Parts: sequence; structure tokens; C-alpha cells
Amino acid sequence: MSTMPTKDHAELAGQFNTDESRVDWHDETLWWIRQKRDKAVNQLPEWELLRETASKIKEHMLSNIGNYLEAFEANALANGITVHWAADAKEHNEIVHGIIKKHGVNRMVKSKSMLTEECHLNEYLAENGIEVIDSDLGERIVQLAKEPPSHIVLPCIHKKKEEIGDLFHEHLGTPAGLSDPQILTETARQHLREVFLTRKIALTGVNFAVAETGEFVVCTNEGNADMGAHLSEVHIASMGFEKVIPKREHLGVFLRLLTRSATGQPITTYSSHYKKPRPGQEMHIVIVDNGRSIQLGRKDFRNSLKCIRCGACMNTCPVYRRSGGHSYHNAISGPIGSILAPNLDMEKYADLPFASTLCGSCSNVCPVKIDIHDQLYKWRQVIVKAGYTTKTKTASMKMMEWTLSSPGIYHAAGKAGRIVMKYAPFAVNNALNPWYKQRDMPKPPAESFDEWYKKNRGNR
Amino acid sequence: MSSRGKVLSAIRANQPVLTALPNVEPLKAYANQENLLAQYTTVATNIGAKVYEIKNINEVKAIIQNNFEAGKRIVSTVAELSDLADTKEYLSDLPVQLADVELAILQSDLAVAENGAIWITEDQMGQRVLPFITQHLVAIVNAKNIVATMHDAYSVIGITTQGFGAFIAGPSKTADIEQSLVIGAHGPRSMSLFLIKED
Amino acid sequence: MTVGLFIPCYVDQFYPGAAIATLQLLEKLGVTVVYPPKQTCCGQPMANSGYEHLTTGCNELFIDNFSGFDYIVSPSGSCILHIKDHLHSESRENEAVQVRRKVYELTEFLTDILKVDRLDAVFPHKVGVHQSCHGQRGLKISQMTELVAAPFSKPVQLLNMVKGIELIPLSRQDECCGFGGTFCVAEEAVSVKMGVDRVSDHLEHGAEYITGADMSCLMHMEGILRRRGSKVKVLHIAEILNSSAQ
Repeated sequence: MSTMPTKDHAELAGQFNTDESRVDWHDETLWWIRQKRDKAVNQLPEWELLRETASKIKEHMLSNIGNYLEAFEANALANGITVHWAADAKEHNEIVHGIIKKHGVNRMVKSKSMLTEECHLNEYLAENGIEVIDSDLGERIVQLAKEPPSHIVLPCIHKKKEEIGDLFHEHLGTPAGLSDPQILTETARQHLREVFLTRKIALTGVNFAVAETGEFVVCTNEGNADMGAHLSEVHIASMGFEKVIPKREHLGVFLRLLTRSATGQPITTYSSHYKKPRPGQEMHIVIVDNGRSIQLGRKDFRNSLKCIRCGACMNTCPVYRRSGGHSYHNAISGPIGSILAPNLDMEKYADLPFASTLCGSCSNVCPVKIDIHDQLYKWRQVIVKAGYTTKTKTASMKMMEWTLSSPGIYHAAGKAGRIVMKYAPFAVNNALNPWYKQRDMPKPPAESFDEWYKKNRGNR
Repeated sequence: MSSRGKVLSAIRANQPVLTALPNVEPLKAYANQENLLAQYTTVATNIGAKVYEIKNINEVKAIIQNNFEAGKRIVSTVAELSDLADTKEYLSDLPVQLADVELAILQSDLAVAENGAIWITEDQMGQRVLPFITQHLVAIVNAKNIVATMHDAYSVIGITTQGFGAFIAGPSKTADIEQSLVIGAHGPRSMSLFLIKED
Repeated sequence: MTVGLFIPCYVDQFYPGAAIATLQLLEKLGVTVVYPPKQTCCGQPMANSGYEHLTTGCNELFIDNFSGFDYIVSPSGSCILHIKDHLHSESRENEAVQVRRKVYELTEFLTDILKVDRLDAVFPHKVGVHQSCHGQRGLKISQMTELVAAPFSKPVQLLNMVKGIELIPLSRQDECCGFGGTFCVAEEAVSVKMGVDRVSDHLEHGAEYITGADMSCLMHMEGILRRRGSKVKVLHIAEILNSSAQ
């Protein structure tokens, strides 16, 4: 299902780069987080074994996921949790709405769930007269700004504290000109505490769902998921089906990897294991497909479903740091977003796998060893074969093929190009040549290596 | 077909050939089992908790009386502390009625050296919301219950059936505003750990 | 020992000095170098752009040119990685597999096969080493900072044999320069910003020369340096390892 063409990554990144000092600020902030990650992981000599173990657990899980989901469901039901299944985003939203309607309320508090971003839950509920307040501080900030989050772990990493101060002044009535993070956080604490205490329904995400026990784990630093859930009469948890893991002991592996990879902390402040509803409370879990079963069937791309949403790939990506999450025009941005999104809508997200130099840094910070940069390459082939490319690009590639398939033509073209560059430099050194905008062209040498070799070494 | 049926049959049609589940055991060999109390104290302090080493539970009372304002609501699951905290009434409150709790004093049987966390289950919380809604949190742990890593922790936890449990590592925090660390987000503003080291 | 020399298309056309240095260096080290004349390009520019299906001609040419050699050496990590990962032939897949096993980037050939432990090179200058991504993360020519693993670098190991050289430290040891093939023009703004940041790192640490194992990265950084009027020059590592006392 395609939508109206939006600006692509290159255009949006171009806009982002018009403010170089802001790019530097964004880049340095995220690089610093990468460095914190490095410091934390280097304290564990077993780090690479942890990654390999986690990767193999997830691969095994995906190879038996039907059974694990059924086991999870059976155990969750026995625990008193109501289990729902949603084939797509629309159905997920309808299920959540249905639960809210059934309880006769028109508002809900929500903690971080990238799945609900993917499903555009907030917009759907708003259209149906349900107010949703995001309780994660970063999410609340972007909610007030009417923007999507730009990073899956650090939703407002693109916002400066002065801008946040302005938002709070406009929407929460704080004095103008505030920018101290302590004061702003205290303001949010007071504002959201009132929300937690008055909302009957809370929705959370799911970091891990354990098949063996029918429990699910939610990780936060702020405590907002727990505040919402334990004060609510109805707790709804939304999960992509790939979040299931086989056994409780596997949580040891994943919880050791997750936060070190994300922020450099040894663990989040809260890793809450929800198994049964509080007596008198209703607990629901919504298991969502929304294209995941299709990705599961793609041999080259199914390993993207191992993702534990740590964001390390974004922090390390030199392109992400210099283009910002919004340049990816998708709920999940950065390298992982670029291999997940084309499965959802290949036309709309055809640009994302090309927003990369294939440097490979992402694959090597990924705690579950997703071969992200290899998948980016493979998506490029799929996207071009499916026709989501331009006639110009195809024509120039065919030209390149023709030239490079024949030594004679290649050498003639090379020589011609060098002659043009030497005698008519204005032909390439102009505004039509994107290279030339901010870089000089290489100096054309008098002879190519091939010409030098033939002249100096004869025909050996 | 129901959505459940649709999703599961799509999954079964697409899932790859079965691969082996790896063993987690080899990871346990790397744990540093030396001086767990010192390890734990260092990490817990680094993540923003205040750590006290004590010989018995009575020492808790003096420290609390010195550090927390009188007249504020103190709640505890620890029977020995009934002269300075409410150990009974709060259990029949609605969760929202715990909003004015200033200090909650809880007990844990398991702590993890590598990350400064405690593991606490719902029966040790009194009410689930208590460790989150309180302005300040105190946890009492016997030092002999400190394990090295999360693998060790899950070995201890096993397949217990508590309806709710959580690893809690330090006070609530956020760095969402320009990566400036702020202690005290939506959960407790502070966390104090009393580690009982018997002779 | 005889090797087949593969020269990347843009090195052949724009940086013949790097190719000449590669040839001379190998010969100095006692290798007989054969340069098959009908070579053109490894096909990477098309493949990385999503047009791998148009690389049949390049693949067949590569097999034609290099099938017989025990070793195929090239002064380019990215080209060698591409051949290693993507050389295929419908009619001669066995030969393609053989070729893939025998391709080497120059520095790894020198350290791993020739086991070079001394060089007569002299280069008394401050030099910044750029770790090109495909050679580093793809061919494992040097350790990457993402992994918890022992550090090593084949290029640095060789450069340390050069008399008078001073290798400068960098703030970010292995961040990508932003060239990325057609990325350099398709995402011009980000590509240039990445290159500018790389170059600044070298300049801040006092580099007189920036070197590396891939001319593509160096070409991109050179374009930025020259546009900004810098005196800092780029030089392929082969040219430094092949240098002699003036």
C-alpha cells in the first residue's frame, strides 16, 4: 500500500545539513552515546560471546516461533491475561480502541511502544475521541511538539533544551525561557503524576515476552510504564510477535546486552516482569503481525526480526548522526529502520537502503548480530528489480555496464573524460555536477596506468 | 479464519528450518565471583543509589530518622520497622491512595553485582505500585544474597510464579533532555540500599 | 611468486601513481607481477547501486583476466571485498569460487602472504591513517572499535616500518569518510559533511598527509581539502611504502 510521495532521505538530509553547527551538535551527542556504549561493553570480556548467544537464541526462536507464540499464549491465558491477535496495524488499533470503549472511558496513558508508533495508534484514537498522553519524557516532548520521535530510545534527541523549555511554556504553563533539564524534568514529573493518578487505562510496550512462563518484561529508566500500569484498572500491552523468547533464563542474556548497547548503562532502572494482573485488574496483550510474517518469509531479511530495539545502530551510524531520525520518514529510523521499512511499503521506503555507505559499523554494534549492512545491499537489489528506481539511474547504470564490459570502450571513455577535464574543465566543474558542489574534481593525470604500463613495460 | 489463525498460519508457512538453541551455561564461567559486596557497592553508587553497609536491621532506624523528614508518610513491608513506619494500613489502600507516600522501606532477597540492581517480587512490595510511587525508596538486602551476574540471578529466581517482579537499579532517572542525566523522573527521586553484612 | 595485478578503474584513470607504486613495491619485494591488459572494473559501482544484475560483463572479464593466477592483488580494499563477496558466473562458477579465494588487498598480501617485516621506505612526515571501511570491517585488515577484541592494523604495521614517519592519533579512529560509491553524489550533503569531519580530525592532529588503502576515500577527502585550499595531501599507502630517501 503506497501513499503520496514524500520527500526522500537525500532531500530531508540535505535540509538537515543546512545548519552545520546543529548537525555537529546532533552528531557529537550521539557519538558520545556510542562511546558510553563502548566503555560499558569493554568491561565484559564475554561481550562477543553474549552477542553470539543472543543471536543464536533469536534465530532459533524465529525458526520455531509458531510454537513459542502458542506456548506464550497458553501460559499468559493461564495467568489470567487476555490475549488478542492483530493481523495488521488497523486491527491492533481497533482492538485497543475496543477495550477502551468497553470500559466507557475516553483517555489513556501510554508508555514507550515503537509498535504503537508503527500502527499510528495515537492518531487513530484521537480520531475516535480518545485522548492519549505519552508518559515517557522524550515521547511527551515530541507529542507536545506534534512530531514523531526521531530515535527509538531517545525520542527527542534532536531537540535542544531551550526548545523543550518553549514547548513546556506553551503547553504546560511554565515560565518562558526555562532550559534547565532538572527543572524541566521536575515539571514533567508533576504534570505526568497527575495523569498517572487519574487514568484508568494504561498501555505499555513489551521488550520481551517469555514463552515458558507467559510473562512479559518492560524496561524503563523513568518508571513511567509501572506508574501507569499499577495505577490502572486495565493494562494493555502491545507487542510485535517477534518479541517472544523461549525461556526466562534467556532474559539474563538479553537484559545484559540491551541497555549497555543502548546507553552504556549496565541495566535500565526498572526491568518489570508482568505475569498476572493485579487482583481486580484486567491485563491484555495484543500480539501484532503487520507485515512481520512476510518478513519472516524473506530469507535474506528475516534476521531483521531479531532486533531488540536498542538503537545502537543509530548511535553508531555516521549517516544517521548527520541526517537525523526524521530524514527516514518512518517510525523506526536509522539502519534497522531501513531494512524493516521496505517490507512494509517498498515504494515509499525505496530510498532508505540507499541512505548508507555500507560502512558496516551498525552490524558490529548490533547486540543480536543482525547483518544490517549486508541486508541494506540486498534490499537495493530487490528494490531496483521491483522497479522502484528512476529511468535516469537505470540508463546511466546501463551506460556504465556497456563501458566497463569492454576494455576498448572503457579506455577510450576514460581517455576522453580526462581530455575533457583537462581542456574543458567547465564541462564538469559546474552546478550540474553534484560532486563539484563542495569538492574539487580529481586532477586528470597525463596518462592512465594502463597507458603508462604499455609505454614503459611493453606488452608483457 | 480468525486473526489468530491467519497470523499463525502465515507464520508457519514462512518460518525457516529449525536451528539449535544455544546453551547459556558457558557465559556463567566469566563471572567475577570475588568480593561481590564491594563490586555491588561500587556499581550501585555509580548508578545513583546511596549504599550503607550495616550489621543488622536496627541500624536502619537510626539512619532513616537522621535522613528523612518527620511527619511524612513512611510505609514498610518490614515488620521490625513498625515503630517508624506503617506496616499494615497501607495494604488496604487503593493504589492511588499511596500517592502521598514519602518513603517506602522494602526488603529484597536477591541483588546483582554487575548492575547494582535488586530483585523484588510483588509479595515483597506490599502493593505493586509502592516502589514506584514513593518519593524515596529504601531497600534492605543481606549481603550474602548478592550474586555476580544476571545469569546467576535467573538461576536463583528459577521458574517462580510471582504475579509481578522487578529488577530495580537505583533511583528513577532520565537523560531525554540533551543527554543531561536527571535523577528523579517518574519513579522515586532517590534510592538507598542497606546491605546487611553479618560477621 | 607470480601475482596478477588488478588496478581499480578510478585508480587507473585518475591515480596512476598509486598503481605504479603498487607494481614497483611488489617487484622490490621479489614478486613477479603480471598486469592483464584487458581488465576494466570489478563492478562494484553498479552492484552497490542495486544493479548487481548488470555486472555479468565485469564478472566474466574479471574471470577471463585473473583465473590463472595463484594470487590476485589490488591496491583497493573495497574492490577486493566486492570480488570476494559477489563474483559469480553462470557458466564458470567453479572458476569464480577459485578466484574469490585468491584475491588480496595489498596490505594484507604484504603482511599475511609475503610476511614483510622490513621496508627500505623513507617518509619523514606526519601522516594520518584513514581506515577505509570495506577493508577494515569487510576484509578485517584492521580491528574495528565496535568489537571487544584485541586491536591490530596491517596498514599501520607496515607504515611503522617506514623510516622517519610519524603517525598521528585521531579522535575517531574508524569512522566512515562518506564516499560510499554513488552515495557521494546521491546524498551529497551528508557525504560531504562526513568527509569534512574526517578531514578536520586529521587536520586537528597535524597531518601533512592522509593515507589509506583505498583511493576512493582519499579522492573524496582530497576533493574537500583542495576546495578548502589546504596544503595537506592524500597519498595511497603503496606510495608511502614504496617511497625512498630523497
